[in-house]
Amino acid sequence: MSINNSLINKNKLRDSLLSLSNELNVQKWDLGASIGKDVSVQIDKGQPKQLKASQKSSITIRAWNNNKVGITSTSDLSKAGLKKALSSALQASDFGNAEETPDFSSLSKDDLPKIDRPIRKSHGVKKLLIDLIEAEKNLLNIDKSIKSVPYNGFAETIFERVYINSDGALRHMECTQASLYLYARAEEIGKKPRSSGSIKVGYGAEDININECINEAASKTLSHLNYKPIKTGKYLVCFKPEAFLDLITAFSNIYNARSIIDGVSLTTKDSIGKKVSNEILSMNDNGLHQANFGACSFDGEGTPTQNISIIEAGLLKGFIHSEATARYFNSKPTGHGGIGAKASVSPDWPVIFRTDGELAKYPNLNYRETNDEFVLVESLQALHAGIKASQGSFSLPFDGWIVKNQEKVSIESATIAGDIMNVLKSIIQIESKQEFTHQGVSPHVWVEELSITGDK
Amino acid sequence: MTTTRLSQDFLETRYIDELFRQNLEELLAYGISAGADFVEIFLENIDSIGILAEQDTVTSVNPSIGKGVGIRLFLGQRDGFVSTNDLSEQGLKFALDQALGMLGLDKSTQTKASFDGLQELKNYGKTKLHYLTDCPTLRESTNKLLEATDLLKKNGPHLSVRRGSYSKTTQEVIIAASDGTFCRDLRLYQSIGLNVLALDKQHRSSIGRRIGTEGKPTTLMDLDSEKAAIDINASAEKMLYAKYVDAGQMPVVLANKFGGVIFHEACGHLLETTQLERGTSPFENKLNQKIAHNAVTAVDEGLTEGAFGSIEMDDEGMQTQKTTLIENGVLKRFLSDRAGEMRTGHKRTGSGRRQSYAFAAASRMRNTYIEKGNYTPNQLIESIDNGIYCKSMGGGSVGATGQFNFSVEEGYLIKNGKLTEPVKGATLIGEAVDVMPRISMCANDLDLAAGFCGSISGSINVTVGQPHIKVDSITIGGR
Repeated sequence: MSINNSLINKNKLRDSLLSLSNELNVQKWDLGASIGKDVSVQIDKGQPKQLKASQKSSITIRAWNNNKVGITSTSDLSKAGLKKALSSALQASDFGNAEETPDFSSLSKDDLPKIDRPIRKSHGVKKLLIDLIEAEKNLLNIDKSIKSVPYNGFAETIFERVYINSDGALRHMECTQASLYLYARAEEIGKKPRSSGSIKVGYGAEDININECINEAASKTLSHLNYKPIKTGKYLVCFKPEAFLDLITAFSNIYNARSIIDGVSLTTKDSIGKKVSNEILSMNDNGLHQANFGACSFDGEGTPTQNISIIEAGLLKGFIHSEATARYFNSKPTGHGGIGAKASVSPDWPVIFRTDGELAKYPNLNYRETNDEFVLVESLQALHAGIKASQGSFSLPFDGWIVKNQEKVSIESATIAGDIMNVLKSIIQIESKQEFTHQGVSPHVWVEELSITGDK
Repeated sequence: MTTTRLSQDFLETRYIDELFRQNLEELLAYGISAGADFVEIFLENIDSIGILAEQDTVTSVNPSIGKGVGIRLFLGQRDGFVSTNDLSEQGLKFALDQALGMLGLDKSTQTKASFDGLQELKNYGKTKLHYLTDCPTLRESTNKLLEATDLLKKNGPHLSVRRGSYSKTTQEVIIAASDGTFCRDLRLYQSIGLNVLALDKQHRSSIGRRIGTEGKPTTLMDLDSEKAAIDINASAEKMLYAKYVDAGQMPVVLANKFGGVIFHEACGHLLETTQLERGTSPFENKLNQKIAHNAVTAVDEGLTEGAFGSIEMDDEGMQTQKTTLIENGVLKRFLSDRAGEMRTGHKRTGSGRRQSYAFAAASRMRNTYIEKGNYTPNQLIESIDNGIYCKSMGGGSVGATGQFNFSVEEGYLIKNGKLTEPVKGATLIGEAVDVMPRISMCANDLDLAAGFCGSISGSINVTVGQPHIKVDSITIGGR
């Protein structure tokens, strides 16, 4: 369903490439293109600060030449730009890796999954600005200790993607998305400032629950005002869904076939069927999940997006693949490939759940009701610095609380450290309720004996 | 694409004639007459290539080419920014109208404000044409990378993964603004990365090194691959069997070069006017006050020849400078861009930077470092009974309220003034206001290292640096 004229003319693009490939004598080629428009606003103390809009296009062309592939990216979608890019890709093919030449995905002409998502009309800067100013005002009015909302933004975007190849594949999709984030700063006399926030995503600005975002930002921020240092030691830890998703995604090399081939994974080709976590953990990668507002129906190689079982009852069940890795593993592409001379493989939308019928070691643990002392991890920070993905270790600052008898006290400043494979095997409870976040789906996940370093 | 070398056809200068100038002036005049206080056009033309060699094979060659324009308008303290890669006359007009609309302006809001035209082009790039021709060809580049990964193998008994990467970006920028600014620069950024993963049974270590330069076409060919391979392998071997560090509070010595990431993260970001605008810097009202130990003098500059963060002009057309941030512990200056000057009153320092045309410029660091002191590195280590020597740092970040963290890639215990066993898994955490007064000793071996910094205006090239420094006490996150 589309309400706008398409930003990109896929048939014209295909015809241009057909004509150019004949002219340059390129027999085999494919391309991925994306084009998008977005607007965003930021404010400061009731006044507009920065208002932004962009129109962006990018195209990546691959050209095959004597069983080697060359690639070029460009932002110029004119015929002259396409010719330059195709010609450049042809030159680059001299440097292609003959030992691992990508091919067209065997699924690039299969039917695509039907993604029934509404396409929303852009409301424009004025509406976003009015709503954001109102949101800031309401957030500041919730409590006098909330002094500012230093990080905020309201954005809406429309983008389209195309995949075309010389074998007749012709894919196109469009998507709209809006996001609101409010990050508040609270301060009390004699205490350090504390910050927290909330982000909400929807198909369009009208789908964003602004009040929920305001209330969540306020309650999170205020809950950190009463803080104290934590003593360094081993703790029972409960990860909130966002935190656990961050952690598992940072170590997606466990189920990434590209990482396995490259030797930087914590598993091997032979790990399928082997135990990688406690039996109560199951996980899929499902880009088609209803909560994935930015769902794409195909990947960079034109492979349809799929729901892939990764971990089932603690056993490694499947890997995510591009065309090349699937061929290497004698498997099928899973819809996780990028377009490249060496196609990247990336996770899409992790869905964590408790295995049906498996009993947790401590099935009564519940983050709202448990009286025992535990650390509730709200969010992990600085993943780019504290994750050693190929070693399996992490040491990350985090925001969270120490909870005892259902009373929460914010932790002043601390890091959490461990080894991901040990963490997965030390899961002692996965709560039943799945929560939808902007980055995946997960319940609260409990792990025993994790190292926490505090200022005490 | 540079399978051979770039030709002058790549450059936009062939378009900079009277008509080009007139077109820019018409756009600027249109924006001003519609009521904007200030209009800026940033045009970017880019040619880049990334090469990856893994083990003994070149696995990826990724050229990319592109052009785009960012148009920014100010009205009072508000600004509207539109980016596009539709460079047609119609596309640029549409973008300008969109930016005007954001500020509530259009043709009907025309004022009598006049635009006096652009100054004579200040062409910083005119002496840099050799950037196009003096870089290695693609064939020479791939051969050099394969030589590097081969030398890693010869020098590394436990290496299971060897990677060499090279990226080269030739960026041409043209800036035209309604205050008459009209300038152009040509920039050449190159980055070489060498990364290894060592394995021995259950033991793993991963080590990486990066070299980055601006304006040095021979960077890749000048790489001493054997020296680099020996250095990386020595670190990988030591860290392979390292134990996890015990968590706690202790003194640390941070090595020079990339050790400077502590200052970049802990303090540098908080001295950008972008942070002052948000009210998130604890140093906001501390100008001319003591914020660090007497031992600390720190600067940010864009002048060091060949350094990754060097720029002859910033992305708002201002000539670069050396800015003393802290002198003997006293805060002297903030880093400011055009919006920062307007909103905070701090004069511009040539620090307006952006990743590309798709980002509005913001106050950002260039080459940022703590100046050298009088001690030798050994004197710092000898002054500690029980602590950590951080020889090589990973990345880091700073939070909204000034908490920072950064990971230690290669660390050693210090016992009774001597380096002992290697340790891994350490993260240094703290707050800028607490840590700056604890930098009590600076050695005499200042050196710089290249890195990438991500912030409000995208990912930009920077240099961090320092001599060996001692921090009297810091929280170490570990196991």
